Amino acid sequence: MPYKYFLPIALFIGIVAILMSGLWRNPEKLPSALVGKPVPQFDLPPLPGLEDKKRGLSTADLEGKPVLVNVFASWCIPCKVEHPLLMRLKESGVVPIYGINYKDKPEDAARWLNELGDPYQRIGADRNGRVAIDWGVYGVPETFVVDAHGRILHRSVGPLTSSDLEKTILPLVKASQP
Amino acid sequence: MRRGRAILFALALACVALPGAARAVEPGEMLSDPVLEQRARDISQHLRCLVCQNESIDDSQADLAHDLRVLVRKRLLAGDTNQQVMDFIVARYGDFVLLKPPVNEQTYALWFGPLVLAALGLAGIAVYFARRRQQAPKPLSAAERKRLDELLRSDGP
Repeated sequence: MPYKYFLPIALFIGIVAILMSGLWRNPEKLPSALVGKPVPQFDLPPLPGLEDKKRGLSTADLEGKPVLVNVFASWCIPCKVEHPLLMRLKESGVVPIYGINYKDKPEDAARWLNELGDPYQRIGADRNGRVAIDWGVYGVPETFVVDAHGRILHRSVGPLTSSDLEKTILPLVKASQP
Repeated sequence: MRRGRAILFALALACVALPGAARAVEPGEMLSDPVLEQRARDISQHLRCLVCQNESIDDSQADLAHDLRVLVRKRLLAGDTNQQVMDFIVARYGDFVLLKPPVNEQTYALWFGPLVLAALGLAGIAVYFARRRQQAPKPLSAAERKRLDELLRSDGP
């Protein structure tokens, strides 16, 4: 007779396990619609005030070599958290970082970059956030890994951590380097 | 006097009815064409705000929700059908942006799971009753019958 009691208990434990696994999922990590697709068509001007030092960013700039595209803003606190990591990545020279400056005042963005350092090779200024919508951005900072053919390989939402970088992003970059 | 009362009544009605009608949509966002505006509202109510995930962009005060509301209206003005506008947003943000998820292989469990569970439960109940009916009581043994006769014969305590 013991199997008679075993089945309901097993079912109960199974359901609890499924529900509990839901508790540890991060509801802010959303599946991305753009992974595996080409980057959207866009053409962003440089940051006003930095035109002569830093060129803007467009779809054409994302072909030829793998790059990271980082969406940032000076008003965004988590951007400040990941910033030192981006600076270190820039110094290592492994992969170029391109920036999309999201809904920012140009003078604030310029001051931010001056004070903290500028990890970006190019920066496109997205004043009204319209291009960010084409990238499916819903929370800054976001970082995209783009391969040499201009395809989005990976997207990370929220501040990068060094483990994200070493376990996911850099291996993807290396794999897509010619 | 009567007129004053009518105005008061209308005001009271407006107080009850308006909060439902006026949501996060700001007057500046609205389209002048009421038909298009209504379509925009319908679409917005089915799109999730990705910042405050359990609100529609029609309800949400978030910056991104505002941008998406404006974008929906721009697409409508450009001549898109409702479905084209939805597809435009889904292409950027994925199925998750739809408050009513589509039926596809990723959502079968969501749509049909409850039906399957209910069917399993009903099947379990059916089996239980079928078994109970099959287990008819065994006929009494000779000793039991004898004891029963004795009990029936005696007049009890």
